[in-house]
Amino acid sequence: MAEAATAAPLGRARPYDLAQWIAERFVDRSKRRAIVALAAALALWEIGADSGAWLGAPLPVLGAVPAPHAVLAAFAKLLHDSGYWQSWAASLLRVAFGFVAALAVGVPFGLVLASYSAFRGAAFPVFELLRPIPPLAWVPASIIFWPTQELSIAFVIFLGGFYTMVLNVVGGADALDRRLIQSARSMGASRVTIFQRLILPGVLPSIGVGMEIAIGVTWEVVVAAEMISGGGSGASASSGGGLGFFIWNSYVGGAYPDIVVGMISIGIAGYVSSALVRRAVIRLAPWLKRK
Amino acid sequence: MNVRPIHNGRGAIDIADVVKSYGSIGSDVLAVDRCSLSIPSGEICMIVGPSGCGKTTLLNAIAGFHDIDGGAITLDGRTLCGPGRPQASIGSDRIVVFQNGALFPWMNNLDNIAFGPVVQKRLTKKEAREKARLLMADAGLSGYEDNYPGELSSGLQRRVEILRALINEPAVLLLDEPYRALDALSKSIMHEALLETYYRTGVTIFFITHDLEEAIFLGHRVVVMTSRPCRPKKIFNIDIPHPRRYDVLTSQRFRELAAEISATVDEEAIKAFTLGDREG
Repeated sequence: MAEAATAAPLGRARPYDLAQWIAERFVDRSKRRAIVALAAALALWEIGADSGAWLGAPLPVLGAVPAPHAVLAAFAKLLHDSGYWQSWAASLLRVAFGFVAALAVGVPFGLVLASYSAFRGAAFPVFELLRPIPPLAWVPASIIFWPTQELSIAFVIFLGGFYTMVLNVVGGADALDRRLIQSARSMGASRVTIFQRLILPGVLPSIGVGMEIAIGVTWEVVVAAEMISGGGSGASASSGGGLGFFIWNSYVGGAYPDIVVGMISIGIAGYVSSALVRRAVIRLAPWLKRK
Repeated sequence: MNVRPIHNGRGAIDIADVVKSYGSIGSDVLAVDRCSLSIPSGEICMIVGPSGCGKTTLLNAIAGFHDIDGGAITLDGRTLCGPGRPQASIGSDRIVVFQNGALFPWMNNLDNIAFGPVVQKRLTKKEAREKARLLMADAGLSGYEDNYPGELSSGLQRRVEILRALINEPAVLLLDEPYRALDALSKSIMHEALLETYYRTGVTIFFITHDLEEAIFLGHRVVVMTSRPCRPKKIFNIDIPHPRRYDVLTSQRFRELAAEISATVDEEAIKAFTLGDREG
């Protein structure tokens, strides 16, 4: 069997197979699919965006969008623009702040909700009543009761992550296997030990899932909040307002390719931050990594 | 004839007239009713009965996971639960090994085993780990210290879990169908490993199972329970001398006992089936 397996590649060693061999060796199948799909989407976009020229009339949606080459050109120009990078920094900071605040408040609140049934009975209905209100609906109220615009944006972002964190922590604690706690008790563990060594690590995976969802929600909220509130203090045409404001401002200024650059930037930011969070979760809970 | 190997003089359980029901007033389900059973120190007592008959309720009562409504449970003359002691008590003198295992997924196997002595502050973390390492070596589990339980087969997990119980030097091991999910081959390996542990420690074993072969192979006695409410229906002395090896399964005496016990179990199983009881 082993002999046959090693003999096979030699049997079809033509140049054409060599290319295939390289492709198989360096790019696995799922990555190849992703690359092909991405290229196809870009090609479709390019053709569709130019449809006005070759069809006589632009196609709906696609025909109104700046073509990839225009976006790429705009992107290349923006790479040297400090305002663009300041937008990145502003949004990143807000997301980081709101996300950390949501973690810092949401996790303890969820743990208390899960541990004390009396508190849960009192607090959970209020929580559930507030939860369906989208964070963005809080923007006007938030502007009224926070002293600075920056704080009101931060608050709205915090809300976006907070609900997700709390729900996941409570869910995770409820799903904990009672027998683990029974065993620990029968081995003489105190309440504090059970909390530290069982409940906390037991809830960690749910905290991780909550974090992954929350970081996504946080990006959604920051962009919308920046658009609505005008990007926080000191927002000008091309600085300080964050990526959401950057997009809105590009729209107002008619720089359509820049809109797409802004959108893609957010896509990249969300992707990277989710990946970082996922990595952090695996580091915190290494027992989840098993095959 | 019924050879009892070395025992430490601890772990005699006395269950007297225990009553336990579930549910709210008016719609009670009587799980255990006037159940009495004496288990001498160092006995392997196998409990067999139909699904949902209340065996696990009895085990939980011995473990102290819940109160009982009547009667008393004593361990070496000390009342665990009963008159004068309404609150169930949990103690490291009797440790449960559950059906699907309850190892802590986030601790490696060594720390799982070292857990008890550390939280009881009987040993330092270092001492406990050292002891756990020795136990693992004795049980042929060296090399798995740093693995998480999830990385082990369920058979190995169960062995780690039994070590986690044994490190506390309990008087009683309470096993609730610990090998149910295992295939026949792993099961027989587990049985021999358990007996070997037993011959070394002489710990009293209260073992719930559905598997008659397992019950006869391991037990000094096999107690067949009635279907709900749970109470000993008939107790069989297994007069096959310990130490036992797997060849007793093919012996004449084994087959006789199996036939006798299975007739009694079938009676109850049919009763339970017609009553429509579910697994519980």
